[in-house]
Amino acid sequence: MTTKSEETEVTEREPRPAGLGVVGWLRWGWRTLTSMRTALILLFLFALGSVPGSIYPQRGVDPGRVAQYFENSPTEAEWLDRFWMFDVFTSPWFAAIYLLLFLSLAGCVFPRVVVHFKELRRKPPAAPRNLNRLPQSASFESDLTVEEAAARLRRDRFRVVTGPDWVGAEKGYLRETGNLLFHISLLALLFAVGAGALFGYRGNVLVVEGEGFANTVAAYDRFIPGQQVSAESLQPFSFTLKDFQATYVAAGEKRGQPLDYAATLSVQDTPSSRPRDVELKVNEPLDVDGTLTYLLGHGYAPTFKVTDGKGHTAYEGAVPCLANDQATYTSECVIKVPDAQPDQLGFLVRFLPTTVPNGDTWVSVFPGAANPTVQVFPFSGDLGLKSGQPQSVYQLDTDNLKPLGKMSTQPKPLNVGDTLELADGAGTIQFTGVKEWISLQTAYDPGRMPALIAAAAAVLGLVLSLTVQRRRVWVRVRGRQVTVGGLTRTEGGGASFTEEFAEIVTKLRGAAPSEPSERSQPEDRSEDDSVPDREPVSPSNRSAEE
Amino acid sequence: MPPAQVNEGLATLSDQLILVTVLLYLVAMIAYALELAFGRARTAAAPAKSRRLVSVGAAGSDSSASAEAEPDAPSTATPAAPAGWAVKAGAVAVVISWLGWACNLGGILTRGFAVDRWPWGNMYEFVVALCFAAVSAFLVLLTRQPIRFLGAFVTVAAALGLGFAVLFLHVQAGPVMPALNSYWIAIHVTAAVVAGGLFLVAGVCAVLYLVRNDGRVSVLPSKEQLDRIAHRAIVIAFPIWTFAVIAGALWADRAWGRYWGWDPKEVWSFITWIAYAAYLHARATAGWRGKAAMIVSLVAFACLLFNLVGVNIFFSGLHSYADVPK
Ligand code: HEM
Repeated sequence: MTTKSEETEVTEREPRPAGLGVVGWLRWGWRTLTSMRTALILLFLFALGSVPGSIYPQRGVDPGRVAQYFENSPTEAEWLDRFWMFDVFTSPWFAAIYLLLFLSLAGCVFPRVVVHFKELRRKPPAAPRNLNRLPQSASFESDLTVEEAAARLRRDRFRVVTGPDWVGAEKGYLRETGNLLFHISLLALLFAVGAGALFGYRGNVLVVEGEGFANTVAAYDRFIPGQQVSAESLQPFSFTLKDFQATYVAAGEKRGQPLDYAATLSVQDTPSSRPRDVELKVNEPLDVDGTLTYLLGHGYAPTFKVTDGKGHTAYEGAVPCLANDQATYTSECVIKVPDAQPDQLGFLVRFLPTTVPNGDTWVSVFPGAANPTVQVFPFSGDLGLKSGQPQSVYQLDTDNLKPLGKMSTQPKPLNVGDTLELADGAGTIQFTGVKEWISLQTAYDPGRMPALIAAAAAVLGLVLSLTVQRRRVWVRVRGRQVTVGGLTRTEGGGASFTEEFAEIVTKLRGAAPSEPSERSQPEDRSEDDSVPDREPVSPSNRSAEE
Repeated sequence: MPPAQVNEGLATLSDQLILVTVLLYLVAMIAYALELAFGRARTAAAPAKSRRLVSVGAAGSDSSASAEAEPDAPSTATPAAPAGWAVKAGAVAVVISWLGWACNLGGILTRGFAVDRWPWGNMYEFVVALCFAAVSAFLVLLTRQPIRFLGAFVTVAAALGLGFAVLFLHVQAGPVMPALNSYWIAIHVTAAVVAGGLFLVAGVCAVLYLVRNDGRVSVLPSKEQLDRIAHRAIVIAFPIWTFAVIAGALWADRAWGRYWGWDPKEVWSFITWIAYAAYLHARATAGWRGKAAMIVSLVAFACLLFNLVGVNIFFSGLHSYADVPK
């Protein structure tokens, strides 16, 4: 039921070349690739291709959940991995789709730019013979001259050309300009994103209150550089975390919900510059010359002092704990004391920020540290650090460790300042205080600004392309008989052009120096077409313009 | 930092206003439906116009227009005189919709004042705002175009949306997570809501378009008209949606240290955007006018809905602050 006829010039499908040789095939391939239909299909594929990226966990976003997937259903995960389902946005097939789309877009847009430049310099076409046949038309009698009509239309920013007894005028070239701007901006956006990935880097680090960080590759816990990033190119800033504050809702249904996080940093932009205090918040990153540092997460780091069986201080410091429950911030961590004598010591620690007894057990009821305690599970033996296998600082390998004393699932919690005597004279552990840690992400992305500019240009182009209409108006003056015709070449633009056309006609009537005395009459030599306010039914009236 | 204080009185008032809104939308829907059912059948009014359509039809007008011309003639014989009260029901419906609209606005504002922040920080608030945007889009379009026939469908969609929000998504008024505590919420979410409202109106038109039977007398307007309204709504909404996505990227750049990271919400915003772009292309250049384009627009609308509702429920991601009651 679609009308094909009018679309043919746009959607022309190349006939398949029969035996045209390599050149013919290449040309056919290129035409097909840059055709609107292919672009549409590629757009669909692009959208479809990103769906699995939202269904399956992605390595680039959340490697932990990918590992979990492998653990839970190994065979399925292996098959999914074969199709890059955990790396959708960096997979070859996704790259293939967007490279093709990119080519298709470029191949379509650049020729259109050339055409549009020619179009911009072309004069509006001459008046067709019968203006009354156009979608919009009106006629009236007045002393209007061709020059006056032309001047009037020029004042409305029409591009005007005149003949012996007619004026042709056109406006709305901004539509195509906007459309081209939009598509070119999309290309620019893709470039900016790519450049950012090549020349930028991202790094994650965890910092405890009172500790510092210097922006070097080695200082990061995780560092993801672009291909073109060298270790020397990192901005040489450093900072110390002076303080971190988290505030929570204290009462009511939303009790425990976080309200605000604020970290105070003492920042040195370069090794020689003077330190400045910066407040770091969730939506307010630290900016050092375009390298941005963001506050991503936080947690508790209780501090301990461990004295070994020989009376030496074997460990002293803060231990970052990971929360396993956001509502209460009940957290867990591990202390490894390889230097303890005679045996190495290891501790599992449960940290309860706001402790209340609950029968024989203790629980935390609030994420803020109102009544912090720790429950300590001591072990002694071999920590397994010599095996050379890298170990997580959050896990204790208990294969070669034995519990010290009677192990209970709910040992009596220690308050700040309390000391626990270890069984078998293995030493003591003292809970000395509570600090907090924050996790930070540092990102440098030189493509940010270009990407933003391209995106803004795309919106501008889009608005122009969707709101401006290309429209043509002709005026014919024969004696006192003036006929005006008009059309818009934009689909869907009929209604507003009807109004604009009526205004133009009114202006043209008023443009003649002497006031026309009699009211205009619709011509009667033409058929019903001459009703001035006739509604245009087919706004994209292309057949009328030859 | 926003105060954690919640004005309970205003919060309760807001909940009540939303309930009243649902009722008013339902009453308006019934009034619109009465006009549709007992008012004059649309096609009976059309012959004069569609004859004109045919005369210019050579210029490439939608073929549905000419297809409509023939069956029209006999249809003039069907009960053409509209019941006077039915037309009045339509006028009353518009007044009631405006009342409902005002209550809806009141519900949003009181909630905002109750918690002293932008009132679209969780899914309940977001859905309420979206229904408000849809009704606003319809009422504003109505002041410029004769689209009253859409009223019944828009108000029923809004009433269902609000009912769903009240029954399944409602959470107590309260402060938001620190990540949402930014002026970007005003820019990004507002744009998304406005675009969403317009897309919803277009979606309603698209469904009616597919339901509308060509040759029959129907209370519905012509396919051509439905197609035009849907297109107009999408043309307005698409740049706003584009802007919303870009504003979201800017916010992500502020909050998470990257402007685009293929978070599920980002993926589905992108898919929605592509799908609506495909609709515009299909209509503008690929010659998929009519039914095919309408189906594309409905696919796009489904993506939008999935993004607004499904992603919050099914996927976990950085956007998981939606605060859906468990
Ligand atoms: C990949 C290849 C692409 C090609 C070959 C292409 C081609 C075109 C062409 C020829 C037009 C002109 C329509 C007219 O003037 O009536 C157009 C319009 C448009 N394009 Fe594209 N385009 C491509 C990609 C995209 C993409 C990725 C988007 C955005 C998601 C997009 C969005 C638009 C929009 C919104 C319009 C305006 C439609 C209208 O006038 O109603 N295009 N495109």
